[in-house]
Amino acid sequence: MTTLDNSRAHELGGHGHHEGSYLTPKGGFLATVWDWATTVDHKKIGVMYMVAVLFMFFLGGLAALAVRTELLDPVRTVTVQAIDPATGKPMIDADGKPVMKTQIVGQTLARWIPPRDGSEITSIDYGNQLYNRAFTLHGAIMVFMVIIPSIPASLGNFFIPLMLGAKDVAFPRLNLLSWYIYVTGSIFAVASILLGGVDTGWTFYTPYSTTTDAEHANVVLMVLGAFILGFSSILTGLNFIVTVHKLRAPGMGWFDMPLFIWAMYSTSVIQVLATPVIGITLLLLCFERMFRIGIFDPALGGDPVLYQHFFWFYSHPVVYVMILPAFGVISEIIPVHSHKKIFGYRAVAFASLGVALVSFLVWGHHMFASSGELGATVFSALTFLVAIPTAVKVFNWIATLYKGSIALTTPMLYALMFLFLFSIGGLTGLPLGALATDLHLHDSYFVVAHFHYVMMGGTIITFVAGLHHWWPKMFGKMYSQFWANVGAWTVFVGFNLTFFTQFFLGTQGMPRRYASYVEEYHTLHVWSTVGSFVLLAGFLIHLFVFIHSLVAGRKAPANPWGGLTLEWEAASPPSEHNFDHEPIVTHGPYDFETTVPPHWNAKDYAMTKVPAGAHAH
Amino acid sequence: MTTLDSRSNPLGQDVQGSEPLWKRYLPGHHWRSGEEEFDACTLGFWLFLATEVLLFAGLFCAYTVLRYKHPEAFANGSSYLDWRWGALNTVVLLISSYTMAASIRAFQLNHQKQGRMLLATTFICGLAFLLIKFTFEYTPKLSGWFISFDPALHHYASLIDKEGMWGLFKHVEGYGGKAPGQFFSYAFSEDAWEPLWWSVYYCATGIHALHVIIGMSLIAWCFRRARMLAYGPSHYTMVENTGLYWHLVDLIWIFLFPLLYLIH
Repeated sequence: MTTLDNSRAHELGGHGHHEGSYLTPKGGFLATVWDWATTVDHKKIGVMYMVAVLFMFFLGGLAALAVRTELLDPVRTVTVQAIDPATGKPMIDADGKPVMKTQIVGQTLARWIPPRDGSEITSIDYGNQLYNRAFTLHGAIMVFMVIIPSIPASLGNFFIPLMLGAKDVAFPRLNLLSWYIYVTGSIFAVASILLGGVDTGWTFYTPYSTTTDAEHANVVLMVLGAFILGFSSILTGLNFIVTVHKLRAPGMGWFDMPLFIWAMYSTSVIQVLATPVIGITLLLLCFERMFRIGIFDPALGGDPVLYQHFFWFYSHPVVYVMILPAFGVISEIIPVHSHKKIFGYRAVAFASLGVALVSFLVWGHHMFASSGELGATVFSALTFLVAIPTAVKVFNWIATLYKGSIALTTPMLYALMFLFLFSIGGLTGLPLGALATDLHLHDSYFVVAHFHYVMMGGTIITFVAGLHHWWPKMFGKMYSQFWANVGAWTVFVGFNLTFFTQFFLGTQGMPRRYASYVEEYHTLHVWSTVGSFVLLAGFLIHLFVFIHSLVAGRKAPANPWGGLTLEWEAASPPSEHNFDHEPIVTHGPYDFETTVPPHWNAKDYAMTKVPAGAHAH
Repeated sequence: MTTLDSRSNPLGQDVQGSEPLWKRYLPGHHWRSGEEEFDACTLGFWLFLATEVLLFAGLFCAYTVLRYKHPEAFANGSSYLDWRWGALNTVVLLISSYTMAASIRAFQLNHQKQGRMLLATTFICGLAFLLIKFTFEYTPKLSGWFISFDPALHHYASLIDKEGMWGLFKHVEGYGGKAPGQFFSYAFSEDAWEPLWWSVYYCATGIHALHVIIGMSLIAWCFRRARMLAYGPSHYTMVENTGLYWHLVDLIWIFLFPLLYLIH
């Protein structure tokens, strides 16, 4: 990022200001690196988060591909005729009968990563342990280091102050501290991986997390990593809440805020209120593992289910930390790219708060099988409440599209994909929330497919959508819409191929977290694995589109899509202090019928209904 | 961190100059006024306190569940604690909370010397709390070593088997070993699950003690800055927030004391 040529950045935006953009290098290479490492500018911190999150996404994706590759073939023991190593011919014993031996086939990971002591693989256990590590790393990295910080920490940091018309977040240095805490936590996690990884599952359930790999520190490192990351999450959320309360531009009341801000506000409330609980839980888990204090250990009188309650009291609300920012991004993209006022602004805003509220009441639905009947029934009933605010949002987005002037730009394409994928993900949640069907489906691939449709089809897809929506603003460069759309379609096909097959696997009884399976599931597993590599291809296309944009992209106008929120009034990329003058809010964020977008240029995008008084530059 | 207020004018400047440091304080460039910055810092700090409450809520929750599972072990364990030490520490912390609040008031009124004295008193109270906790409670229970002027020692006069540090410490045979989890080695326990009680006790009071230490560090920082005249009627954010933190530390102890010492 730092090597970009931004010497002409001040020409952008047409405001006639003379300040360099935030990307303008400060002196030589080392001076620039030092400047970025010590910056308190929310934009630079947002970009650094973006780079870090994308790097962890790459690592987590590698682990996912390892999982899918292992599942290409079921691990099984076969009896084959032994081969004489000297002659290379099948062995025959003294009676002329063939010598048979048992052999393990289908262990792809074990072939790549042989045992450390160099011994030959003689049992299925070794391959299974590698598989356990692969899915644990995938889950832990994707949840704690990618999805949770993805939209809030990168796009949120960059755009919350811009959308509010502020110069920075409320506590800029605390913001930098959050980033360093995030990096520290990630280093712990990566260290744990390099030392051999963790095989507990991303949930670190006791007793797996207190008993496995007793001689290694990997689990402690990974759990401490998650504990440290929690602080980063808390401090970011706290910063955003205060920013929204105290730094709105003059004229911006609560109901004049963009819906992205409402969503981020709700997210931050959850982050601040839920994360401390996982903090103490993971701390107790470390004590448990290092000192055997017994709080979660039934042999010492403790209660392993207590861990599950603690864990899900945090981790269920955190599901909404993952999805609410995505709702916010979609609420921005759909009105802007269909040039139409959002349908039901207040309903969407309150639905965000509603989701945040309900999120604290449903943790028990992760524990239907380990809690009593009454508790399970109550939690099941509460779980269905989540569907109400969520559906309110989806219907409002669709109503916004209705009779809008839809431009099929890459962000819009992704937003439409989100509506499709998230609806599938949301609706398949209902059979999991109902007790009768859940008993059949729980811990099966149906669950895996469901949460990937929500987490990946919801959050990751939207993160990519948001990157495409705001990329011109962040870096001042346009990208190839054609190739970005090719990437989007590739991701869409790959995603559905990977995960729709898993719904069938789940209903047929394939349990999650197994390295092996019966022959009947083979075909669907192969298709799913093929899909995962198509997904990889799609993301690589996006990577190249972005790199090409940075190197050779056309200069971006200040307002390429005709948005009305305040970030489009700043230059692309914004100057160090975001705005030349403090903006004064005179129109709503979605008043497309009555407001001429700032820096409107007819060459950038078409407006079917031009508001009165508009004149193109 | 904004509450560490080092963005104000550089440290160690000549405080004999024309204006005291607190009058020269400028809010961050993104704030419209010093009042707005103060409001934001206080709001942020209240949110932070909410996270602290939730952190301890996890411990209280664990206490409740495990006590429900093993009421006898918890009753037995609790009976090893002397409520008088707990009560003394409660009084110490309550006094310190008063002196902390008074010091904020002193800086608001620009009574610099009084404010510094009150900060120092608060710090000393925090130190007293920790010393009482470690000397009279943790050390004897874990190791059996008592300090020679511990009033509890006369109960065990016949069991003293060793002396250390020229008689400053005395060891009571069979008293120690009340340690958490697998380190538990107390020979006379009456309930199999007592190690669990000690786990909860040491986790809760240990994490609280850590908070006392953090609070004392903040107070020490405030004291150092107050000597440079960094706080006055128009700028005292750091003292205010340190005060909020210290009250939280006090409040948590107010809950821990009855739960651990008084309920049998």
